[in-house]
Parts: sequence; C-alpha cells; structure tokens
Amino acid sequence: MAKTTTSPSLKAARGLGSAKEGTDHWWMQRLSAIAMMILSPLMILLVITLIGEDYATAVAKLGSPFWGGVALLFICASFYHAHLGLQVVIEDYIGSHAARLVTIILVRGGLIVLGLIAALSVLRLMLA
Amino acid sequence: MTEQNPSVQRPLSPHLQVYRLPLLPLMSISHRVTGVGLAFGTLVLAWWLAALATGPGAYAVFTAFMMPLGGLALLGWMVAIAYHFCNGIRHLIWDTGHSLDLESAEKAGIAVLIGWVILSVAMVALALFFWLT
Repeated sequence: MAKTTTSPSLKAARGLGSAKEGTDHWWMQRLSAIAMMILSPLMILLVITLIGEDYATAVAKLGSPFWGGVALLFICASFYHAHLGLQVVIEDYIGSHAARLVTIILVRGGLIVLGLIAALSVLRLMLA
Repeated sequence: MTEQNPSVQRPLSPHLQVYRLPLLPLMSISHRVTGVGLAFGTLVLAWWLAALATGPGAYAVFTAFMMPLGGLALLGWMVAIAYHFCNGIRHLIWDTGHSLDLESAEKAGIAVLIGWVILSVAMVALALFFWLT
C-alpha cells in the first residue's frame, strides 16, 4: 500500500479552518457578554441612583464624562449583544427561510435605529 | 392476542398534563426568555434617554406614561438582568469546557439561583432606598 504524502491529522481543522470565518458570531456574543459583566452593574447603579430624581439631576448625571461614558459603552455592548442573541432565537424558531431573513433584517434594523437614538441622546447630553 | 413482554423497558413519553421541566431545561429557557425580555427593554431605555435629551416636556411625557407601571417594569428589568447575568456566567464557564457533566451543571445551576436571589434583593433594596430618600 502506498504511503500517503499528505500531512498528518487532516481530520482536525488547522487554524481557523478552510472557511477562515464563521466563529465571529459566537465569539462576539461572548466578548460583548464579558464587557457587560463590568458595564451592566454600573448601568444598573446609574439607573437606581436616578430613581425619584428630577429632570435636571438626571440630565447632569448622564452628561458627566464618567456616567455618560458608562451609558455609551453599555449601549454599544447591549444592543450588539441583543442583536446577536435575537438572531439565534429567530433562527431557532422561524423555519421558513424568507420569513427568517426578513425578521432578522427587521430586528437588526430596529436595534440599529434604537441604538443610534440612545447613543446620540447620551452624546447630546454630554456635549450640551 | 400478543403478549406484552414485561422485561422490555421502553421509555415512556412525558405525560403532558403532569410533565414539569426539570431544573436545567427550565433554567435554559429562562435564559432565553429573560434575554428576549431585556431586548424589548431597550425600547424603554432608548425612550428614556431620548426624552432626557429632548427636554423637560418630553421627559414629563415619558414619566407620565411610565408612572403607574414604571416601578414594576423597573423591578422586572432588574430581576431579569440579574438572572441573565448570573446564568450568563455559567454559560461562559461552559464555553471554556468546564463543568459540562450533569452533576456540576446542576450544582452551578443552584449557585446561579442563589446568586440571582441575592443580586435581586440587593438591587431592589438599593432602589427602594434611593426612591424613599
């Protein structure tokens, strides 16, 4: 029997595998989760300390560099994480390819709009 | 008539009227439910921030709309985020390949439930403190 000249262990993918991509979704969902392990306690603290406070206090707090920055980073991580998570849920429960694609696009579009509204609002408060 | 062989142990399908999800599947679907709920919560977050950036009038509309059930919504948000946070850590540990067997998954699940209750109580207590003072 002829000895094979191929390299050993072809059964295991080397590096990122032949497709070079495909792990992004999984990886980014984890990275945004780790980011929120730090950001969400701060965001909750921000919300809780504003309970019962008036408009001016809330505006001043969100306009401060630290709390405004916390809110901005939380918005980036949470809307991104929500998009990735909802996509998985949609892929799991919507069987029809067309309906699935349309739903994912609508959800993504909605989250982009909401995320922009949220982030630009905080920026406006910080730059005011 | 064919005789049933009593030594053959076939699995019984779940009796749907009395079936209850075991702890781990229940915790798994709860992660999803809280995740989707929190995603819907971004609607309120965006509205709150937009109202703050627009002005006192827009903020008054927001608080007027949120006032009757706002506290309840906030409570739900905190309880959901506490659960998704604790159980998410368990998922991150699983992702490293650790505690994937049934026994450690159940142990970690109970730890998650304990952490969830502690976090929720702490947050609600802090919220009540800021609300009442």
